[in-house]
Amino acid sequence: MSQQTQQSPAIHNPSNTDSGLALTDVSLELGDGAQKVRVLDHVNLHVPDGEFAAIVGPSGSGKSSLLAVAGALSLPDTGSVKLRGHELTTLSSKQRARHRLQDVGFVFQSGNLIPSLTAADQLRMVNLLAKGPRNFDPMPLLEAVGMSHRAKHRPGQLSGGERQRVGIARALVTKPAVMLLDEPTAALDSARSHEVVGLLAQRARDMGIATVMVTHDHGMLDQCDVIYEMNDGTLTRK
Amino acid sequence: MFLALRELAFAKGRFSLMGAVIALIAVLTVILSGLSSGLVNDGVSGLKSMPVSAFAFDEGTKTDNAFSRSVVEQEQVASWSEQPGIEQATAMGSSMMNATTDDGTQVDVAVFGVDPSSFLSPAVSDGRQLGAVDGLVVSETMREAGVEIGTVLTMDRIDTELTVIGFTEGQATFGHVDIAYAPLSTWQLIAAGQAPAGAPTQQDINGLDFNYSSVVALQYADGAEVDLAAGDAAANTTSKSLSESFNSSPGYEAETLTLSMIQVFLYAICGLVVGAFFSVWTIQRKQEIAVLRAIGAPVRYLLRDGVTQAALLLMIFTALGIGAGLGLGAAMPAGMPFALEGGPIAIAAALTITLGLVGAVISIIRIARIDPLTALGGNR
Repeated sequence: MSQQTQQSPAIHNPSNTDSGLALTDVSLELGDGAQKVRVLDHVNLHVPDGEFAAIVGPSGSGKSSLLAVAGALSLPDTGSVKLRGHELTTLSSKQRARHRLQDVGFVFQSGNLIPSLTAADQLRMVNLLAKGPRNFDPMPLLEAVGMSHRAKHRPGQLSGGERQRVGIARALVTKPAVMLLDEPTAALDSARSHEVVGLLAQRARDMGIATVMVTHDHGMLDQCDVIYEMNDGTLTRK
Repeated sequence: MFLALRELAFAKGRFSLMGAVIALIAVLTVILSGLSSGLVNDGVSGLKSMPVSAFAFDEGTKTDNAFSRSVVEQEQVASWSEQPGIEQATAMGSSMMNATTDDGTQVDVAVFGVDPSSFLSPAVSDGRQLGAVDGLVVSETMREAGVEIGTVLTMDRIDTELTVIGFTEGQATFGHVDIAYAPLSTWQLIAAGQAPAGAPTQQDINGLDFNYSSVVALQYADGAEVDLAAGDAAANTTSKSLSESFNSSPGYEAETLTLSMIQVFLYAICGLVVGAFFSVWTIQRKQEIAVLRAIGAPVRYLLRDGVTQAALLLMIFTALGIGAGLGLGAAMPAGMPFALEGGPIAIAAALTITLGLVGAVISIIRIARIDPLTALGGNR
C-alpha cells in the first residue's frame, strides 16, 4: 500500500486499463443554475482486477457520485468509464442495468437486503434476475461468508454484521468484474467492521475482482491495497 | 412472481387486511348484483318473457307507467300490422288491480289482456292455455300466495270473478306484481267498466262495444329492420324496443338507476382503495426497489411483479368475497327481490378485479420513477 500523496490524475497502472475498472478524466455536475455543483472534477482512477481500493473523504466530497458513475448508475458529463476495456458511458439505460446485474457487485450500507426474502432467497433473486442457472445453489456462497446456518432467516432476524455478510454473498452471485462497496461498515462496530472488510478483501483477491470501497472508517484502510482521498470532487491518491 | 409471492407471505397481515376489504367489496357487489337482478325480474320478467320485438304506445304517452297510461285504438293496431318488416301486431291491455282469493288472501295483479290466439298468449307450465272468458293464466310465483288451479280471484270494487286455469312457465311479474293474463275481450270488459259482478260470460263480451287497448305489441319478421319512426308516424304512436319499454314499468328506471349508481360507486371505491394500498405499499418499498434497480433489476420485471401481486390479491379475495356473497344470497328471505345469476355476478367479479387492478397499476407505475441512486448512502 502506497502512502505517498499525489494529485489527480492518479491512474494506477495506467498501461493496462483493459484490466479492472478505469475512469479517465471523468467530470459530473449536479443541480441546476446557481445550485450547480461539480461533484466529480476530472477524476482518473484505475483499479485492476483483484485490487482492493478505498476512497475516503468528507461527506459531500463526491465519493458516492464516483461510485454511482463507476457502477453505471449515472453517466458522467465528460470522460470515460471502462470495465475490463468495455466503455460504459455509451450504453443505453437498459444495457447499463444489464451490465450492473452481470458485471457489478454492489454492497450497500447495512446490507440493504430485501426484507421479505430469506438469506438464501436474496441470492436466488439475483440469480433469477441475471437469468443464471436454474439449479443455482446459494449455499456455497453463504458458506463462503459464514452464513449458511442462517440461510432461512430474513434480514429482520439477522444482526448488522450478518446482514452485511449476506449482502457480500449477494454481490458475488454473478461473479462480477467489479465490486463497489458503499460504506459497508457504517452500521457495524469495530470488530465486525474488520471482519467484514477482511472478508471482502479476501474475496476480491481470491476471485480477481476489482473492488472500490467508499468509507469514512479510517480504521479499515490497513486492509486495502490502495487508498484515494476525495475532496471537492477531486480524487487524490494517498 | 418470485418476489411477489414472498412479499405476500412476508406481509401477511397487511395483505390480509387489504384482502378483507376487497372481499367485503366483492360481497357487496354480489348482493347488489343479486338485488339488481331480483328487482329487474320483479319489475319486467313478464315483459322479458314475451316474444315481442317492440311496443307501440299512444303518441306522446309519458314513459313512466306508460303501459297503464297509454290507450290505443284498433285502427292503430291495424296500421302497425301493415308496416314493412312487421310479422305480427296485436293489441294488449294492461292494468293494475287488487283482488282477493277464495280464502280471503289479498293479492295484487297486473292484468294483461291478450288475444288468446295471438303470439302473446303465454306458454303454461301447468293447467290450460288462455281462452275461457273467465279464465286467467297467472305467474308461477302466485303459488306462494296459495293460488292454485281453480282458485277464483275476485276483483276488488267490481266483484268480477276470474278463475285461475293455468300457470306461466317461471316468474312473470310486472312492476313487482304478479301478472294475470286474461283474454283481451275480458280485459276490455273490465276496462270499459262493464264487467259484471261474478264470472263474465260470452254474452257480456258480445254486448261490448269497446275497441281500446293499452299498447300494440309488435313482432318483427326474422332479420327485418323495421322503421319504427315511419310506423309511429302512420299509426300516431310512440314505439319503444322491448328493452326500452322496461323503463315504462312502474319504478323500474328509478330502481335500476339507484342500484347502478351504488354499483358504480362501489367499483370506483374498489379502484381507489386498492390503488391507495399499493401506493402506500410502493412507498414503503421505495428503498428496496431502489436497491433492486441499482443491482440491475429491469423496471419491466419489477412492474410485472407488482402487477402480478395485485392481480393475485384481487383474484383470491374477490373469489372469497363472491363465495361469501353467494352464501349470503342463498340465505336471503323469500320476500326479497333477489336473484343470483351467473352472468351479472361474473361481470361484477370481473369489474372488481379490473378496476382494482387499474388502481393498483396506477400506483405501481411509481416503481419506474424510483431512482436507483437512492440505494447509495446519503453521502453523495
